[in-house]
Amino acid sequence: MTWDIVANILIGGVLTGLVYALMALGLSVIFGVIRVVNFAHGEMTALAMYAAVLLFEGGRLDPVLSIPLVAGGLFVLGYIMQRRLVEPFIGRPEHEQFILLLSVAVILTNGLLIAFGPDARGILTDYSFDSYAFGPIIVDKTRVIAAAGALVSALGLLAFFRYSRTGKAIRACSDNLLGARVVGLNVPRLYGLTFGLGAAAVGIAGCLLALVIDVLPPLGPELTLLAFIIVIVGGLGSMTGALLGGILIGMSEAIAGLLFTPSMKSMLSFALLILVLALRPQGLFGKRAL
Amino acid sequence: MSGRVLSAGEGSSTRARIALALFFAALAIAPFLVGDFLLSVLVIILYFAFVGQAWNLMMGYAGQLSLGHALYVGIGAYASAALFVHFGIPPLIGALPAMALAALVGASIGLLAFRFRIGGVYFALLTIAFAEFTRILVSHIGWLGATEGFFLPIENRTDIDLVALRGPPHMFYYIFLVLTGAALLAIRRIMDSRLGYYWLAIREDETAAEAAGINIFRYKMIAVMISAGMTALAGIVTAFYYNNLFPTDVFGIHRSIEIILAPIVGGLGTLFGPIVGAFVLGILGEGLTIVLDQAGIATAGVKHLVYAVFLFLIVRFLPGGLWPWLAARLGLDRDWRA
Repeated sequence: MTWDIVANILIGGVLTGLVYALMALGLSVIFGVIRVVNFAHGEMTALAMYAAVLLFEGGRLDPVLSIPLVAGGLFVLGYIMQRRLVEPFIGRPEHEQFILLLSVAVILTNGLLIAFGPDARGILTDYSFDSYAFGPIIVDKTRVIAAAGALVSALGLLAFFRYSRTGKAIRACSDNLLGARVVGLNVPRLYGLTFGLGAAAVGIAGCLLALVIDVLPPLGPELTLLAFIIVIVGGLGSMTGALLGGILIGMSEAIAGLLFTPSMKSMLSFALLILVLALRPQGLFGKRAL
Repeated sequence: MSGRVLSAGEGSSTRARIALALFFAALAIAPFLVGDFLLSVLVIILYFAFVGQAWNLMMGYAGQLSLGHALYVGIGAYASAALFVHFGIPPLIGALPAMALAALVGASIGLLAFRFRIGGVYFALLTIAFAEFTRILVSHIGWLGATEGFFLPIENRTDIDLVALRGPPHMFYYIFLVLTGAALLAIRRIMDSRLGYYWLAIREDETAAEAAGINIFRYKMIAVMISAGMTALAGIVTAFYYNNLFPTDVFGIHRSIEIILAPIVGGLGTLFGPIVGAFVLGILGEGLTIVLDQAGIATAGVKHLVYAVFLFLIVRFLPGGLWPWLAARLGLDRDWRA
């Protein structure tokens, strides 16, 4: 095993990890503000991937170009989910919220299974086999596009929360809910926007992921677990933690594929989760105690 | 969740007791009345009732949400099957190490989580992580058949051998019936004891329970270990009933979700909830399968879709579950609703 092979695989892992990170960022945003754990996160990602595949097959639309459509659709879905489904559950016991979103997740997975069947569907663009060479390092063009798209979107989301008035209002809800209500913020609407934005992040991640991997119904639960692992490893509620966690998990999957067999790649991620929960439950980049 | 109710509703209590006795009597003679297919449905229903009771013990009573109970089913199944196939140890003896192993794994998850007071959703994710870890691990262990599956020798025997768990389908039906009945009695006793009241205190308010002097770590560990051991027992019986084990089929997250359906639908933290839920879901699911088969519609996914819609309706409109609602309609007193 030479060093350029290792470097190639690690870079591939980082690039895929960035797309995972964007998806996990959506989960982190929703949890950080609404304090509700979106257990249907991966299933929504799978839904977005199918949307990208259908737009590509039906309209010959490149997945990158279908991002506005899919992200917009997911934003609306997320907003409606929050206002119609989740809102009545705020203040109810945690396990009831969890069961609610679990039922949404199972409905989505089996709905996708009924609609599209159990076979994997993928996107084959005319640049799918292109790659860039930087000396001994060779990277797939699709991965570079996916990673760049994810990074831009993630930075855009971070900037939105940092600088825009709406973003600041949403952060105010998460920092001090009572205070936010006192100053007259429309909390239900802001919660709807937050869930919508988290879902839109999933929509973008789904389009980009469809460039790199095939989609099939059981991918949903797998992606949900992956998003959770990233967010917990990175630190729940920490946006930069989610980004770095995504890169870390992408790399660990790549390393596992290199050292063991690719089918064991998620085992290392689960081991990492168990290790983090045992040694540093607040996550690698999270603040102590919530 | 209250203790004995004295005089109020004594009449309804007697009627309920008779109804319960009739219910179990009907189940006891059921194999003589139904065909092979219905018997297999009843075996599945009783399996979910029993595993649901085990899960309910941990979530419904002690308040610890586990989403990885397929792990304990799988440990029981694989351990007893491996002891039987590789070492010739019959499952009646192999059940002890198999259940002990499941309890030990449950204890290590508990140790990891409860030491740092990881609760709620974090704990649920930790249980999923362990189940998924084990699924992938077993998929790579050739000694346990890996992804090609682990098979027990099939013997179509009509005589009953309880030591080797070999016999006709109705033997497995009666085993699950006895387990479900025994669990009912055992859990009722536990919930009337100090241990049961400690669990309820922990479920309702962990901080208050600790302030009241309850060693919450110890009692949560006890809940996990009992639940894991019970669940493993169900795994042992199913392993010898189906004679084949596949990692994804046994440890997959959809299996863990199936386990939690019956107690939630029937009523979390109630004695009869898991049994009521298992029967309602079993009849719903199998009825639906028959209807769809006759209509010629492919059934993949439809059953789980309907389960999930049902689960959604329950948690949205009847979060206490079917049993407390039903018991109130039947005019049963509080002692029976819980």
